Amino acid sequence: MTDLLAARSLMAMALGFHIVFAMAGIGLPLMMVMAEWRWLRSGDEPSLALAKRWAKVTTILFAIGAVTGTILSFLLGLLWPTFMVWAGPIIGLAFSLEGFAFFAEAIFLGLYLYGWRLLSPAMHLLSGVVVALSGVASAVFVVQANGWMNTPRGFRLLDGQPTEIDPIAAMLNPSGLVQAPHMVLAAYVATGFVVAGIYAFQLLRAPDNILHQRALRIALLVGGVSVFLQLVSGDILAKVVADYQPAKLAALEGQFHTEAGAPLRLGGIPDVEGGVLRYAVEIPYGLSLLLYLDSNAVVTGLDAIPRDQWPPVGVVRMAFQIMMFCGFAMVGVTLWGLWLWWRRVALFRSRAFLIALVLAAPLGVVATEAGWTATEVGRQPWIIMGVMRTAEAVTPMSGLFVPLVIFGLVYLFLGTMVVRILWNPIAASETTDRSDTSAGGPYVP
Amino acid sequence: MSLELIIAGFLLLSLTCYVLTGGADYGAGVWYLLAFGPRSQGHRALIHQALAPIWEVNHVWLILILVILFTAFPVAFAAIMTALHIPLTVLLLGIVLRGAAFVFTGYGKGSGRSSGPWDVGFAAASLLAPFLLGVTIGAISSGAFNTAPVFAERFLHPWLQPFPLAVGAFTVALVAYLAAVYLILEARDEAIQEAFRRRAIVAGLVVGGLEELVLLLTRTGAPLIWDHLTHNQWGLGAQGVTAMTGIAVIWFLWQKQYRHARVCAVGQVIVTIWTWALALFPHLVPPDLTIFNAAAPTATMQALVVALIAGVLLLFPALYYLLRVFKKPAVFGENPSKPPTDGDVGSNFNEAFHDQ
Repeated sequence: MTDLLAARSLMAMALGFHIVFAMAGIGLPLMMVMAEWRWLRSGDEPSLALAKRWAKVTTILFAIGAVTGTILSFLLGLLWPTFMVWAGPIIGLAFSLEGFAFFAEAIFLGLYLYGWRLLSPAMHLLSGVVVALSGVASAVFVVQANGWMNTPRGFRLLDGQPTEIDPIAAMLNPSGLVQAPHMVLAAYVATGFVVAGIYAFQLLRAPDNILHQRALRIALLVGGVSVFLQLVSGDILAKVVADYQPAKLAALEGQFHTEAGAPLRLGGIPDVEGGVLRYAVEIPYGLSLLLYLDSNAVVTGLDAIPRDQWPPVGVVRMAFQIMMFCGFAMVGVTLWGLWLWWRRVALFRSRAFLIALVLAAPLGVVATEAGWTATEVGRQPWIIMGVMRTAEAVTPMSGLFVPLVIFGLVYLFLGTMVVRILWNPIAASETTDRSDTSAGGPYVP
Repeated sequence: MSLELIIAGFLLLSLTCYVLTGGADYGAGVWYLLAFGPRSQGHRALIHQALAPIWEVNHVWLILILVILFTAFPVAFAAIMTALHIPLTVLLLGIVLRGAAFVFTGYGKGSGRSSGPWDVGFAAASLLAPFLLGVTIGAISSGAFNTAPVFAERFLHPWLQPFPLAVGAFTVALVAYLAAVYLILEARDEAIQEAFRRRAIVAGLVVGGLEELVLLLTRTGAPLIWDHLTHNQWGLGAQGVTAMTGIAVIWFLWQKQYRHARVCAVGQVIVTIWTWALALFPHLVPPDLTIFNAAAPTATMQALVVALIAGVLLLFPALYYLLRVFKKPAVFGENPSKPPTDGDVGSNFNEAFHDQ
């Protein structure tokens, strides 16, 4: 294994692991605040119990996310020092702002979790809102930095070096502006569907548990609304990729040849040597219509890109298809839920629907991982699109498989422990959930 | 005042805050390791309750240090991250294990009470992280970075030296000392308070001894610092102030004036770190990189200063509020003798995490 491949694998692993916790830090606080809001409005005790329970889970996942996020900020320098020298002055500002958003989230999560008795109800709810908002802000800033790698802005190249640096223009790069909402929605979808799946599983065993019914309703609301918005967001994002990163788009869509009236291809196996996508189902004019609202528009194919600038087509195409499949599967489940609701069938009584929710639980997370794989691998061989190749950015340090193995073990261990620690509160499906509510009134005047 | 100075000031402030808060966390972990005997559970429970609500916040400082470094001084950041790849990776492992063990002992089943493999992990990481933080700081100060083609010369030589290793040991002693001084004020049980008082005194003496050792080693290990500290009036003055605050801490501990002791201990740490920074000034990575020649372009520095000031204005009131809510007795000295009640952090901690 070359050091470059080891560095890329380690970075991919670190990002792939961290993203799960980052998403929980965005999605769970929203649901926790919704539950608390409901309790404040109606005095509904199960909602209060839910808010408390979700706050605990958020805290555990946030604490692990703080650790995995620290790993990432070190790895940026440990693995890609040359990239950081170049990118730090231009896009470092986004990371600074992310740092402050993270700071705010940490402070207010502490207040929320431990302040049930010490803060006034309004202040407590407000703390939760700040946690939810700062989670979103963190995601936006980090994704702006990633967007800059796709569409670098805010500088002028002079002899290969950046001059006339404008950090604000860099942050407001076109990719980041559309990637950020896609990521935030992904976090809501992923968290919503995981939580819905968990409570659907509980409701299959005990359909009358009020706490689990409330939980399912909130999770479905968050996940279901977001998955529809995600369709719009994904469509806009694809158009931006087509404009700025034709090589990536061609790899995503399996478009080997530049053509007018390009079809939308579903499935298929890319034959990179032969330059064709085999066995795909084609929807005539589909891609041209989707991208340019014109059935005869020309879509750039990989044949217009120099061969040494092609991303690994197979991986990109496969990841993209997985993301799309997961997304549409979740849209389908949500439509089913809407139909049941419109027919006035109680969602909790339909075992088939509950089973579908259990099966759909991991889809949001899988879609996010696949989507990031598609966008990151799709940018290769560049680390900064069109400016710096990934191979130029890697550290001169050798033997990088050693940290790869060590951190692989660390992540294996962290993952196992997180599952073990969360298993207890999730698996405990006591019907009245006495442990949370028996503490009496939450506020002592 | 130039932008470089302002941002370097923020960097120094972040490092100071990290040592004073995050560093003390590691120090508490060291005492966690040393908690044995009939009262060990009490000691450990105290340490956990003291840390739980503010744990993440303390570690944000480290992120801030990294972010400021790579935004404002990217060349220095890359030089440090390349030359010190190995100790920084181990430091990172220490931070990760420390954080993970803290989460899993704190939020897991029967937490805060049980002992087992987690305690070992928690304690080992608590030793590892400050040690390597110190080694890193020592190696940066020594100015031994190079681009030699030989692996050992380039990636081992800068830090595998007596001076950086001594700074590592000194850092471990320093954070343990800080934690002991803080924990005296967190403790409500007099026996535990007394135990931490003795530990603080012993740790204070060890810190004083190691500080002198480190100073002697700068002569060959970090000549730039040696020159500044021994050939300058301010250098000698700073050494005097450090020694005096150190002696004052031990005096106040002896007199059981814990609040005064804490003020002096914090002062001692601040003077130590700032003396080191002034002795290096204006270097970031001697001998070549200074805060001026390693600085990012002006537009970046301006934007960063604005962001840092805005962040401070927004977050410091929030941080104050957090401490005000949870650390009223310990930090603000209100009702220090009040027995634990329902509304206390301890019971809130138990309520939040342990369903009885």
